[in-house]
Amino acid sequence: MTDTPISGAKALINCLKNEGVDTIFGYPGGVLLPLYDELYDSDINHILVRHEQAGAHAADGYARATGKVGVCLATSGPGATNLVTGIANAYMDSVPIVAITGQVPTPMIGNDAFQEADITGITLPITKHNYLVRDVNDLPWVVKEAFYIASTGRPGPVLIDLPKDITTDEFEFTYPKNTYLRGYHPDVGIDEDAVKRAAAMILDSECPVIYAGGGAIISDSSSELLRLAETIQAPVTTTLLGIGAFPQSNPLSLRMLGMHGTKYANYAVQESDLLIAIGARFDDRVTGKIDAFAPCAKVIHIDTDPAEIGKNVRVDLPIIGDAKTILQSLNSHLQKMQTMSGAWLGKIDAWKKEHPLSYVQSDEVIKPQYVIQEIYKACPDAIIVTEVGQNQMWAAQYFQFENPRTFITSGGLGTMGYGFPAAIGAKVGCPDRTVIDIAGDGSFQMTSQELATASKSKIKVIVAILNNSYLGMVRQWQELFFSERYSYTDISQSVDFVKLAEAYNLIGIRAEKPSEVPSAISEALSADRTVIIDFVIDPMENVFPMVPAGAAINEILEPGAVA
Amino acid sequence: MRHTLAVLVENKPGVLARVSGLFSRRGYNIESLAVGMTENPLISRMTIVVEGDDRVLLQVTSQLSKLIDVISISDLPPSESVDRGLALIKVAADTGTRADIMQIAGIFRAKIIDIGAETLVIEVTGDKGKIRAIENMLGRFGIKEVVRTGRVALHRGTKTVGEEYK
Repeated sequence: MTDTPISGAKALINCLKNEGVDTIFGYPGGVLLPLYDELYDSDINHILVRHEQAGAHAADGYARATGKVGVCLATSGPGATNLVTGIANAYMDSVPIVAITGQVPTPMIGNDAFQEADITGITLPITKHNYLVRDVNDLPWVVKEAFYIASTGRPGPVLIDLPKDITTDEFEFTYPKNTYLRGYHPDVGIDEDAVKRAAAMILDSECPVIYAGGGAIISDSSSELLRLAETIQAPVTTTLLGIGAFPQSNPLSLRMLGMHGTKYANYAVQESDLLIAIGARFDDRVTGKIDAFAPCAKVIHIDTDPAEIGKNVRVDLPIIGDAKTILQSLNSHLQKMQTMSGAWLGKIDAWKKEHPLSYVQSDEVIKPQYVIQEIYKACPDAIIVTEVGQNQMWAAQYFQFENPRTFITSGGLGTMGYGFPAAIGAKVGCPDRTVIDIAGDGSFQMTSQELATASKSKIKVIVAILNNSYLGMVRQWQELFFSERYSYTDISQSVDFVKLAEAYNLIGIRAEKPSEVPSAISEALSADRTVIIDFVIDPMENVFPMVPAGAAINEILEPGAVA
Repeated sequence: MRHTLAVLVENKPGVLARVSGLFSRRGYNIESLAVGMTENPLISRMTIVVEGDDRVLLQVTSQLSKLIDVISISDLPPSESVDRGLALIKVAADTGTRADIMQIAGIFRAKIIDIGAETLVIEVTGDKGKIRAIENMLGRFGIKEVVRTGRVALHRGTKTVGEEYK
């Protein structure tokens, strides 16, 4: 608080510090000059990315790894539009980020000025809320609201568009203590009667399955989830974003369900009589053919977002609110219970024995699944970030995740190029952790310019490229559904990733035989800077199990299958 | 089924775009939309008529509720509310037809608000059925132009919407 007038730029820095922001991922530009001049003297750590999209992804990775709000900064026009993919990605996966964009001075807005883009209009459908600041006096409450909205309820991205004149206008700065938004009430409390009804439904159930999504991680509900599962002796499957919410070493774990989920998870869901959904949204990659999904199950849906209830499937009992609070209450109703799921768990164990995740190991050529298993062996407590496609699914299937916020991936939007910048963001947020980006050669090339960020800012991550010389997931679909016509998916011989790393003064390692895999990983772990490991893998390896799009989730393709 | 929603929103720039954008991107059909300031200048009221079953209505209202600038949403059932729309109709009229047209307007309690050598402009308020009926009656004279407002609606009796926010 001060009585001397300060500029909007200085005020913004003060606002960010009031919100506890220690790091910004940004890229300067014309209209941001006054703000960057203030950042120059600030103790906020600014990471200079090499493309604004990477700034948004890095803020997203930072947020997912730490649970804090990630912040990215871009200039007007192209800087702002370059953020769009990263903002959409954060929106789809409910990640709290605040994106700050420069804008042309207010008198020029609407005149097609140099580097002008209507970024609040453009991001309307992909932000939880956005602001165009038209008066410097509004800046403190706008920032306060933005962080509040981004981080509460169902989290999501909020954008603040900041015209240049607002950053130079001076005013008497005070930071508000509270926000008052009459149209936004994220903490509504919970319906205790509904929780009691849920407990009764659980007591009646013989074949329950818990289906946990990203919301279980966002709400920090892992210990409540574990207690619920163990009390009622229900198996737990997670979505891709729910990975880490429940320890996969637990005998009740079914691992992931859905298109590339385990057979036993999908079978269990299909035969369950009660499905307890926690912070999950019945996405099409989970449900497959919606009419055939969990046909015998009653559905309890716990979610903080009322709009998710009944959106895709009929729900017997919705419980709206914070999952952690709801599970605590539910657990208190279920302390001493006779479980009836013994026979059910026996059936599931038989499925697990009959249909484990499996692949055929080779002495000649590196199998991607083997790489993931070796990475797990060498570094079980790493934060694993992925790109999108086959690499992502193999990482989800063959690493063993035990803790929340250790698996960071682009789920809803499926953004190729997400992994590497998100890994940089995760590493900045968790500097003491090992961060590994499981990458494909296609995805990695979408944001590989961030090698410069890793090099210059001395951020060490490991990029483990599962290099099959193809856009592998698309190639897999072409093999299975388009008569092996590999239309524009061959990307072989286009780049030497070892030399690429060296060009950025980083380390490149190539592994071409299975025997070279463990040493490549240990060399990367002990390196003092970012490492690319180019794992040259079997180019034709596919991701299985696989449920074809539109099929029921127990109609599962096997290796060698052609639809 | 048709539903009439009374939506209180913050009276700020861009709110209409947020609401209409939500409807278009989620594929909900707006039959009619009217917006104006309420007795509190900080709050605007939208009257939105949507077509859809109960499940669609629930999705529409819960998605609308997620917009930060949306303050409250009320469904106004036809039996418990009154609604009106307004139309201005320019109809061809000469000395031979003018008297007939004016008589029709009188029966519909519509007003003649402009008269020219070859046209009349008629203002009619009412529900959708009444406006359609007068249009049908005027059709044979030659309707030159029609402009309509969206419908607006209020609860009958003492009930109001969003009392706690005013």
